[in-house]
Amino acid sequence: MINATKNYFHFLWRCGRIAFVGDWRYYAWMGILSVIILLGINAYAKQFVHGLMVTGMSDQVSWGVYIANFTFIVGVAAAAAMLVIPVYIYDNKELHDLVIFGELLAVAAILMCLAFVTVDLGRPDRFWHLIPGIGKFNFPGSMLSWDVIVLNGYLLLNVHICGYLLYCRYQGRTPSKWFYIPFVFLAIGWAISIHTVTAFLYVGLGGRPFWNASIVGPRFLASAFTAGPAIIILALQVIRHVTDYRISDKALLTLRSIVQVSMLINVFLLFNEVFKEFYTRTSHVAASNYLYFGLHGFHALVPWIWTAILFNIVAMFILVLPMSKSLKYLNVACVLAIVGIWIEKGMGLVIPGFIPSPLGEMVEYTPSLNETLVCLGIWAFGLLAYTLFLRMSIPILQGRIAKSNEGASDDHLFAAGQKSDQTTASPHVTTTHI
Amino acid sequence: MTPNPPCSSGACNGGGGNGNGGMNRRSFLRTSGVLASGIAALAASLAPLRDLTDYTSAAEFMQKHYKELSKDDMDKVLDRITREVEKQYAIRPHVKDYKPMDGVEFVYCLNLTRCIGCRKCVHACVAENNQSRDPEIQYIRVLKMPHGSFDMEKGDHNYSTPTVPEKGFFYMPVQCQQCKNPPCVKVCPVEATWQETDGITVIDYDWCIGCRYCEAACPYFARRFNWTKPSIPKDSINPEMSYLGNRPRKQGVMEKCHFCIQRTRAGKYPACLEVCPAGARKFGNILDPNSEVSYILRTKKVFVQLKEELGTSPRFFYYFDV
Repeated sequence: MINATKNYFHFLWRCGRIAFVGDWRYYAWMGILSVIILLGINAYAKQFVHGLMVTGMSDQVSWGVYIANFTFIVGVAAAAAMLVIPVYIYDNKELHDLVIFGELLAVAAILMCLAFVTVDLGRPDRFWHLIPGIGKFNFPGSMLSWDVIVLNGYLLLNVHICGYLLYCRYQGRTPSKWFYIPFVFLAIGWAISIHTVTAFLYVGLGGRPFWNASIVGPRFLASAFTAGPAIIILALQVIRHVTDYRISDKALLTLRSIVQVSMLINVFLLFNEVFKEFYTRTSHVAASNYLYFGLHGFHALVPWIWTAILFNIVAMFILVLPMSKSLKYLNVACVLAIVGIWIEKGMGLVIPGFIPSPLGEMVEYTPSLNETLVCLGIWAFGLLAYTLFLRMSIPILQGRIAKSNEGASDDHLFAAGQKSDQTTASPHVTTTHI
Repeated sequence: MTPNPPCSSGACNGGGGNGNGGMNRRSFLRTSGVLASGIAALAASLAPLRDLTDYTSAAEFMQKHYKELSKDDMDKVLDRITREVEKQYAIRPHVKDYKPMDGVEFVYCLNLTRCIGCRKCVHACVAENNQSRDPEIQYIRVLKMPHGSFDMEKGDHNYSTPTVPEKGFFYMPVQCQQCKNPPCVKVCPVEATWQETDGITVIDYDWCIGCRYCEAACPYFARRFNWTKPSIPKDSINPEMSYLGNRPRKQGVMEKCHFCIQRTRAGKYPACLEVCPAGARKFGNILDPNSEVSYILRTKKVFVQLKEELGTSPRFFYYFDV
């Protein structure tokens, strides 16, 4: 027992050590991210002192970019399931080893989500009121309490699955199915639940007709399963480029077909919503009117939403056409889809819910500089976390950090951040599939 | 947690380093340099925290939920609030925890034919309930509406004519509707807001985490957030205070109309009613068949609950002289 604990801490120590090691590009990247994080911390410190006054929010538009980004990123986290489902349900071999990259992305994304909701709180010092058992948890009444459970549960599930598989790989033993397969399946359902619950946060509000529509949930899932795998496609190519970890084109193209189908569904559902609103033209169309065309002379969101629609439609066509079998075009489509959905699922969903106000007042919202810096800081934090996770897990997956080479120096890894021809850096590459 | 020095220069590549844990002087200096500048940068980024004036005391941080406070606990809390108010506003307040009365359910009736849109209720409310004056928080919003329409999108929130009422318009004050099915209560993740037995939906300002979900849920724009530290001139403080009502709030929590708990639970009328020069506002106990509100709801042919279709079942009724 003591030995096992010691081994485990040694494993963590080696992971921690490798995180500080890389080539100049690694240092430059982490350096830039750290600077942005510090700027974000600085902006948050100002907000902590002076209150949410330093944001662009108001009593009329009481949620802004924090919650908008939160909503988008919950979808990114949920999308890890789109890698897991093909592998564990359809037994797809190409994606097998890549599952872990998707799950690590989910972990980084959930950390970002937690950061985004925390900075949105007026009284972060009272966070403990939210802890079940200690505080006063309005469960099952409040959708927000469901969200606390599903997000933290999803975080734990993914940390467990990734951590267990990586540690087994490190030790060079085959993972025991009982220790992770049930959790993998639980995580698939859970992934869908995190985004459904987040959609229900909005859907459950009868006083906000823009959100109180049953199509919001399905649209959330469709857009998440577009943007999430699109991010993974880009991330995998970066991994392939800056390390010698091998990722086949075939794996990327499998993800392409997922993005392709999801994007078609996403655009179809958007069309459904637009039809319902504008064909019937009840008084509930006001928020949609504001979003797409502007209302009573206010039209801050109009250029944004049309950019999003344009991006989504162009991305859809590229994805459907055979041209996106070329990675160059696939990447363009992914970037367009990510940006399009970020606008549509973020600001495009959250802000019009508040405009016009329930009493018909028109008050617009523009994020302040301070608010934007906090957001950038959290994005940089998420990227930094994901980079660290990859930096630790790739050498383990490659067998470069393993129990069998525990005594040896890890110095040979100092260059591992670079693409090199030394694919045989370690003779202990294990063949265990995870 | 200090790792071995980074050897990005390439000098240590290929296993040519100095082995596990070995640390020469140069690398030690470099590592400490990086660490020191990292800590300095973090400290610099946290510099704005020096302006923090309003610390949360340990007693306030540990304070339990309103419903879990014993009589003794509550006495201590009221004592703490008294001292805080005294320190900040140089006035000794009477802070009490007014409880709902048995057999009472409050209801508000507002006569739209009579209301002249003078906004006296808005300002009486601010003065009574110790709302922040800068920025000013108001619980009542008066809409100027064109004759013949109940579409609030046609309402003018910011009218500023020298005299009221204007021909061709009617005026509709909106405040917390004290719903029987309050959406704001349902969504609160920490039960910081709830409905009392007399029908008033209250907020424990010391429990609210400031997520503003209730503000998003309210169909009547009745809730207000303290976006920054509230400021009230010392001579404008109303010293008659209640825990769930008009005691001064802190930065980062929600507040809203509570039917003037400190008045109505002591048998008085709300401040907005008392000040109304048109007699448009009626308030009372609906469980008492002889009350004014019971009479109005029994005899008026038409009255309106705002957004009735949402199923919130407001305790606030608009009626007309017809």
